[in-house]
Amino acid sequence: MNKDMKILIVDDFATMRRIVKNLLRDLGFNNTHEADDGLTAIPMLNTGNFDFVVTDWNMPGMTGFDLLKHIRADPELKDLPVLMVTAESKREQIVAAAQAGVNGYIVKPFTAAVLKEKIEKIFERIEK
Amino acid sequence: MSDQSSQSENFEQLLRSTTGELIEKIEQGELIDAVNLLQQINDARNKNLYIEVGRLTRALHDAIRDFHLDTSAAVGNQEEFSDISDAADRLNYVIKMTQDAANTTMDKVDECIPVAEKLGQEASDLRSEWARLKRREMSPEEFRDLYKRMDLFLESTEQQAEQLSSNFSEITLAQGYQDLTGQVVKKVIVLVHEVEDSLVELVRMASQVDKITGIRHENTEQQTEVVDATPAPEGPAINAEKRGIDVVSGQDEVDDLLSSLGF
Repeated sequence: MNKDMKILIVDDFATMRRIVKNLLRDLGFNNTHEADDGLTAIPMLNTGNFDFVVTDWNMPGMTGFDLLKHIRADPELKDLPVLMVTAESKREQIVAAAQAGVNGYIVKPFTAAVLKEKIEKIFERIEK
Repeated sequence: MSDQSSQSENFEQLLRSTTGELIEKIEQGELIDAVNLLQQINDARNKNLYIEVGRLTRALHDAIRDFHLDTSAAVGNQEEFSDISDAADRLNYVIKMTQDAANTTMDKVDECIPVAEKLGQEASDLRSEWARLKRREMSPEEFRDLYKRMDLFLESTEQQAEQLSSNFSEITLAQGYQDLTGQVVKKVIVLVHEVEDSLVELVRMASQVDKITGIRHENTEQQTEVVDATPAPEGPAINAEKRGIDVVSGQDEVDDLLSSLGF
């Protein structure tokens, strides 16, 4: 796993973006960028050459679920790994995210250890 | 209340007692009497209807007053704020307070991290020097150097420990938002209960009118549309344990669910 990979954090709450950013920094990922919903994330993804997306689900403008579907439908972005970090904990939502092609799903509140484990798992599987 | 239910009971009694008489009169061919009876029933019904509509209007007025709705636009009084918009302001205040507290806490933690790292680094450097001294591998000049460094280290440790504890107490102070936001949220909960009570009362009043006019409402609970299969986001699940199987209660259950889907 490349610690210099470029990561986009998408969450409408600045506090949560900061928490995720700090946790990623503690895990050695310093190349992080932020967007406050799907609509601001898409232009960044189109031009930014990102390696990984960490997104919330419930956001105004465009939800993380719609962002995930957009990424999977875009030929340029379709292989981009997406980790969902969200308070949405209904089973049907988790199943829907899995069917839409999410790479990992973390429910808030979460710990640094869970974030680390999921990121490692995602890249283990990709690099296989 | 008793007055009101007795009103409609009276009407029901009248309806029951008069119907028998009405059939009798019709069977006996006394049509004029029958029509008079019908007129009596109709009058009673109308009278009751007026009373109930009057009550409903009154209740609507009271409910609006109890909702503390912002009627200033309608009344022309722009100065008073309604409790509802006040509640929205209060909740925005809660968002701001929690955000400020989170930011203060993270600022202070960010300040502490390099201090702790520096302390650890210096201590580990000194420890290896100290080990050399214990193994008698140190020249007198190096020892003088270590002697000075030790002095500086102790001094800066004292200062940095002070900075850490001052940051810790600021982090503790930042948690004061819990008390303040708790009070605000409690007030909003009281308002929501008041609004609920007023609405229930209003529905009860309206049902009296329905009863007298004989209006039957179709079941307006429409089936959930299946057009858009995307589950709508609903935010954090409150009482996840009590909600049963539709909601997962933690990361372990998410992992189980995903692995059952082949993840």
